[in-house]
Amino acid sequence: MMNYRQGDPVTPGSDRPPPAVQARDLTVVRGDRTVLSTLDFTIRPGTITGLLGPSGCGKTTLMRAIAGTQAKVTGTLTVLGHPAGAPALRPRIGYVTQAPSVYTDLTVRQNLDYFAAVLHPGRTHRDKRRSAVTRAIEEVALTTHADVLAAALSGGQRSRVSLAVALLSTPDLLVLDEPTVGLDPVLRRDLWDLFHRLAADRGATLLISSHVMDEAERCHRLLLMREGRILAEDTPEALRTRTGTATVEEAFLHLVDEAAARGTHPEEPTP
Amino acid sequence: MTTRTAPPAPTGRALTPSRTAATAARVLRQLHHDPRTIALLLIVPVAMITLLRYVFDGAPGTFDSIGASLLGIFPLITMFLVTSIATLRERTSGTLERLLALPLGKGDLIAGYALAFGAIAVVQSALATAVSVWLLGLDVTGSPWLLLLVALLDALLGTALGLFVSAFAASEFQAVQFMPAVIFPQLLLCGLFIPRDQMHPVLEAISNVLPMSYAVDGMNQVLHHSDLTGDFLRDIAVVAGSALLVLCLGAITLRRRTP
Repeated sequence: MMNYRQGDPVTPGSDRPPPAVQARDLTVVRGDRTVLSTLDFTIRPGTITGLLGPSGCGKTTLMRAIAGTQAKVTGTLTVLGHPAGAPALRPRIGYVTQAPSVYTDLTVRQNLDYFAAVLHPGRTHRDKRRSAVTRAIEEVALTTHADVLAAALSGGQRSRVSLAVALLSTPDLLVLDEPTVGLDPVLRRDLWDLFHRLAADRGATLLISSHVMDEAERCHRLLLMREGRILAEDTPEALRTRTGTATVEEAFLHLVDEAAARGTHPEEPTP
Repeated sequence: MTTRTAPPAPTGRALTPSRTAATAARVLRQLHHDPRTIALLLIVPVAMITLLRYVFDGAPGTFDSIGASLLGIFPLITMFLVTSIATLRERTSGTLERLLALPLGKGDLIAGYALAFGAIAVVQSALATAVSVWLLGLDVTGSPWLLLLVALLDALLGTALGLFVSAFAASEFQAVQFMPAVIFPQLLLCGLFIPRDQMHPVLEAISNVLPMSYAVDGMNQVLHHSDLTGDFLRDIAVVAGSALLVLCLGAITLRRRTP
């Protein structure tokens, strides 16, 4: 396995404070399948880390483990200084699943009002809730649709409502599972601008999965995954330089071939 | 290998009244966008009891007995259906997973649902009871308020059962099939069709441990007695206790971590 943890080029906002996420020997079993196998990696605070790999490689399982919703996790997984899933983390992590998890029979604002009430309950927080809801709706560019039922929105709009829910609490760690799937190029660019603002202005750490390799260039660092293992962990530039390739996609393919040649990749299903 | 990724998430955390209230308000707001469901919830019991009144046009005594029993059974069945589907949708849409990843207690969610559907049940039962007593001439010896109390407890039992079985349903198809599986046996054995002591002794013994038997018996106690009988108090205690027990079982089925 290739983990280039030491001597990486320093990315913006990281003068080596404690890591936002640290995994050692992280293994996840689902049913009788080992979905994640002895992962070791570190995510630095205040950075955007792209989690890339083909569908079914374990990206969602890894994100669920970090968010604390995945069962049968072994090894060590520390998130913001706590074991993953600790109750103290719940208000500090925003986890957005791939399928938008919002109430389709409520309006955009009613959805956010409810989740805000769960995060900041009580009458004393009413103003705080109201401003958080308004800000979150603005951040995902749905102000004009605030009073529309989520069921009446397009798929892309609904996933932005789901993202807005995660932005309500100004989380320290945002775990976003394919947040830009099915969005038009303009919206995708706007969302990536938002992600960079969250990292730069609020010091938030973002872990964003994608199977579209062209989004990789927008990340500070990348975790390349394949078949439940980390293939590489580095900056986009360093990956391209190391593999002598022009794009992250080529770098990924190069690394896959290299791993296959050395026979170190996990057991392939033999037909 | 060390397994210190996470301690088990705390189960059955204390309630936060404001989060419970927010959850109940959210459930009611969802229903607010679905006026047809509200109309069906309120009108169907009234229509059925009216139908029943004229089916037994020549036997008002039978209408009294069956009508009172049905006033207890309606809220149980409707709340069972509504809750099992609503909770299933919460599970399949991912909102349950999202809520459990937030600082929401499981008790908040369950109590929120119970409050919201309990409120609907109060309106539903008040309407059905009022129509039965004042328009259809249902002859109640005791206080109609006690009928309403039993109906409310029945509704909570229905909510609790619906919440619990939704954990075992993977789809809406399965969820609605739990209705005949869970409710019909109780309906047959609760004493609605024939007094329970006239059934086969084995069936009578089974009916003694089914909560709907007590729901129906409670209704009949109010029908025949002007004062609070010991049997009535036992009936409402059993129904309330069953509802609470099943709600706790329902809380166990809500898991923060899933495979």
